[in-house]
Amino acid sequence: MPAVSKGDGMRGLAVFISDIRNCKSKEAEIKRINKELANIRSKFKGDKALDGYSKKKYVCKLLFIFLLGHDIDFGHMEAVNLLSSNKYTEKQIGYLFISVLVNSNSDLISLINNAIKNDLSSRNPTFMNLALHCIANVGSREMAEAFAAEVPRILVAGDTMDSVKQSAALCLLRLNRTSPDLVLMGEWTARVVHLLNDQHLGVVTAATSLITTLAQKSPEDFKTSVSLAVARLSRIVSSASTDLQDYTYYFVAAPWLSVKLLRLLQCYPPPEDGAIRGRLTECLETILNKAQEPPKSKKVQHSNAKNAVLFEAISLIIHHDSEPTLLVRACNQLGQFLQHRETNLRYLALESMCTLASSEFSHEAVKTHIETVINALKSERDVSVRQRAVDLLYAMCDRSNAKQIVAEMLSYLETADYSIREEIVLKVAILAEKYAVDYTWYVDTILNLIRFAGDYVSDEVWYRVIQIVINRDEVQGYAAKTVFEALQAPACHENLVKVGGYILGEFGNLIAGDSRSSPLVQFDLLHSKFHLCSVPTRALLLSAYIKFINLFPEVKGTIQEVLRSDSQLRNADVELQQRAVEYLRLSSIASTDILATVLEEMPPFPERESSILAKLKRKKGPGNLHPDLDENRKERSANGGTADHSSTTSNAKVAASPTPSTDLLGLGSTITTQNSAPPASKGTSLLVDVFSENIAAFPVETPVAVGCLPLAPFPSRFVCKNNGVLYENQLLQIGLKSEFRQNLGRMYVFFGNKTSTQSCYGWPFTVPYCAFFLTVSLQLNVHAKPADPTVDGGAQLQQILNIECMSDFVDAPVLNIQFRYGGTLQNVAVKLPITLNKFFQPTEMTSQDFFQRWKQLGAPQQEVQKIFKAKHSMDTEVTKAKIMGFGAALLDGVDPNPSNFVGAGVIHTKTTQVGCLLRLEPNTHAQMYRLTLRTSRDTVSQRLCDLLSEQF
Amino acid sequence: MQFMLLFSRQGKLRLQKWYVPLSDKERKKISRDLVQTILARKPKMCSFLEWRDLKIVYKRYASLYFCCAVEDQDNELITLEIIHRYVELLDKYFGSVCELDIIFNFEKAYFILDEFLLGGEAQETSKKNVLKAIEQADLLQEVCGLCPR
Repeated sequence: MPAVSKGDGMRGLAVFISDIRNCKSKEAEIKRINKELANIRSKFKGDKALDGYSKKKYVCKLLFIFLLGHDIDFGHMEAVNLLSSNKYTEKQIGYLFISVLVNSNSDLISLINNAIKNDLSSRNPTFMNLALHCIANVGSREMAEAFAAEVPRILVAGDTMDSVKQSAALCLLRLNRTSPDLVLMGEWTARVVHLLNDQHLGVVTAATSLITTLAQKSPEDFKTSVSLAVARLSRIVSSASTDLQDYTYYFVAAPWLSVKLLRLLQCYPPPEDGAIRGRLTECLETILNKAQEPPKSKKVQHSNAKNAVLFEAISLIIHHDSEPTLLVRACNQLGQFLQHRETNLRYLALESMCTLASSEFSHEAVKTHIETVINALKSERDVSVRQRAVDLLYAMCDRSNAKQIVAEMLSYLETADYSIREEIVLKVAILAEKYAVDYTWYVDTILNLIRFAGDYVSDEVWYRVIQIVINRDEVQGYAAKTVFEALQAPACHENLVKVGGYILGEFGNLIAGDSRSSPLVQFDLLHSKFHLCSVPTRALLLSAYIKFINLFPEVKGTIQEVLRSDSQLRNADVELQQRAVEYLRLSSIASTDILATVLEEMPPFPERESSILAKLKRKKGPGNLHPDLDENRKERSANGGTADHSSTTSNAKVAASPTPSTDLLGLGSTITTQNSAPPASKGTSLLVDVFSENIAAFPVETPVAVGCLPLAPFPSRFVCKNNGVLYENQLLQIGLKSEFRQNLGRMYVFFGNKTSTQSCYGWPFTVPYCAFFLTVSLQLNVHAKPADPTVDGGAQLQQILNIECMSDFVDAPVLNIQFRYGGTLQNVAVKLPITLNKFFQPTEMTSQDFFQRWKQLGAPQQEVQKIFKAKHSMDTEVTKAKIMGFGAALLDGVDPNPSNFVGAGVIHTKTTQVGCLLRLEPNTHAQMYRLTLRTSRDTVSQRLCDLLSEQF
Repeated sequence: MQFMLLFSRQGKLRLQKWYVPLSDKERKKISRDLVQTILARKPKMCSFLEWRDLKIVYKRYASLYFCCAVEDQDNELITLEIIHRYVELLDKYFGSVCELDIIFNFEKAYFILDEFLLGGEAQETSKKNVLKAIEQADLLQEVCGLCPR
């Protein structure tokens, strides 16, 4: 028994509690409780009227039993009776019981409300407070209906006591949270805002919470609170620690109120009024300054309260995102906390920095702490702190540090706590995709993910790697080689078998030339995993096998043998059995042509939002996806639009970003970076009749300046390729087919009107006006054959350009298209991929000739050399194809070092012919290339070097 | 704040205050899960953790754990000091409070909490003012409810 028992103790209750505590077992406790419940029930039902004290005691016992976790199904009526008792302690227990146990017991609600109404009008502040507390604790709809109009009146009435005002404010806040439709401030708004000026700090504290909640709902109505909040904050921040008496907490002036005021200000953009804004900036600076002062107390309460205000101030600075100095100061402050001995502060610093990372002003400053954060990931003993470190690394990741961060996350993954593995896997997958410069790195990263944490790699992740490999032809060979190697591990995760099966089934042919990965070896390797896999994986493998039959006719017999075995044809699983039967039949009766058509390589996937990102979004709230936020902000600032501060967490994407790697996430980019092959699977017939002859008359208009238009560069692959889709948006697709001979060229440009295939527009229409302009430099002569200016919806139009190269040039001609769509004039300007190397004629020569000429072109201005990092995998065959596509003859056996490439050719222009020699020296160890160009003309050397170096 | 729980080292709930509407079943499940999670943590670990979509702030005082669940934008450190202030209030009221005081006078613990926090927000942060309100109420024991002021 405790020594102190203030108020009036209830002996019976104390005895009961002691009894329960003395129970040795759960059973004994239940027995004791049931005995008590029976006792109370009989007392309540008994003939003898109970006095107030007994009623209070029994109700209190029931409450205790309920709080122990047992059900209570009676006593409500007795509790309600206590509400109207004229003894305060009885009333108080009655209210407590109702607050804890009321569950929309409809027949009692009106009785309860009645009692509350009486107390509210009693003018006794203690009773009024009890009633208000009860409303706030229950907060039910019925109570909101009964009191939502009355409480604001109490709150603003001139003669209401301070303590009642405080209760009324928070009571209203609770009602507004549960039934916002019923709380209408209307005429009270101005007076409620004015409570920020109240003399009593307790009233201000309570009112600030209320105003913040209301301002979140209707910011416009409570706009005037900003200046009052700034004034109040300024007074608190600049006060001496003793000024606020009991509101000073461990030498910190009114920390709760400060935090609340800073929260309120986060409902609004930075104040427009210069004076208020200046005053607020001063406050924030003072708070940041105080963080540097020596502590006034060694107590943790002092530093916690001080830092609570500091962190809230930093939140406001981040929310405003408009004062670079403050943002950088905030970042430095958090940087200090990252190494603080208090775990709590390290945790909060990591958390807060996450949001700072998304500001364009402080992103770089945050990045400087990368080593500390990586160290936290490795050394923090608390998993929740490590989790924050992962979040921060994810938020601070950009192109410059992606490789390091992904590598660190991958190595952490091997030892990471099970609880956060899946999230790390998703994050690594997203970062690897988002910042992949070369996709070999991406493929390696995902395979490592499967290797280190296969169980946590969800389907979304391995689907995505397949989508990407299918859409990027430059990585397919590498992917096939890498999965082949990975599959050779004696034990590999089933997800790897899935990825391996799919990729080899599609692209196994790209590595089949090597005898170590011949078709049969590939098949045997896949099939060695077959029996260890689950049914869905086996089904996928069967599909890979039939794809093999198409890719490699030589293994057809072996595969048919496998399909024919009883374990396949009579498999207990219907799906497996059906696949085996169907594939066996297909392979036996279909001709090679039919097989090739049915089992053709998968068409590119439509670009769309990464399913991984969607999954991470589902896992976490949108507020945690900082890289997205980051993009949003950059876009906003790029558009020069006014920032909407209330919607910083919105994930809506607006502008298209032209870089291929951002596009990979499918976040709104419209420029195609896919395969050059027309996407036959999408059902559009846009470029199918590429070779049709319907050329119509078309007057060429005068060229216009295009400098002001958004200019889309052509994808760099066009340097080595002549055909493909040049540009695509929702309305228009531009395809190209071109041929060049000596200094002449012909280019077929196909304009496809995509509109009628987009049924979502709801009505059929044509593009009634369409004009093409060409802006051409002097060195090129481009003549456009006239074509019909109208392109119907769903139709396409071909235009022929005849090109003559007069002398060497750098600038590509610009194709400017104007057309009317839905009443507005649309402008599209794209560079045509007419580059100097298109006028190459290959020249074969012997080693001796080559080096003789090489020496002749030895003047310093004739040689241009570039050393650069490989952007793609350093695959010999791909490199060869690119040099040939570039137009030069690839000279085998000329360079004494067999891993180097040399080429020769002549650039034809109308005025001159320029002989060119090139040498490409790969260094696979360093992932670097050295490219040397020697020609008789310095401008040609320079231009060809620039063009070719972009290809590797 | 969404809720506050007080529980012993043995995992027994001593006080529970819910500021959001939840069914009995949900409350029991949340308390059970959370008590387990927190008791499993080591002493030097940080006082904050993410739990479902909430932030948990907790601190241990002698044999009792004080644990608050706040929302994403809420300030963890100030919540930690809310806990401390509540402990100070209990301490002052009971005179060096111990777990037994809260067990035997659980109703008082609730009354003090209501004076300090309402609707999940700090109502009165001055220690003097809160205790004054409680003492006044204690004095009112036998006063007629209809008498004005």
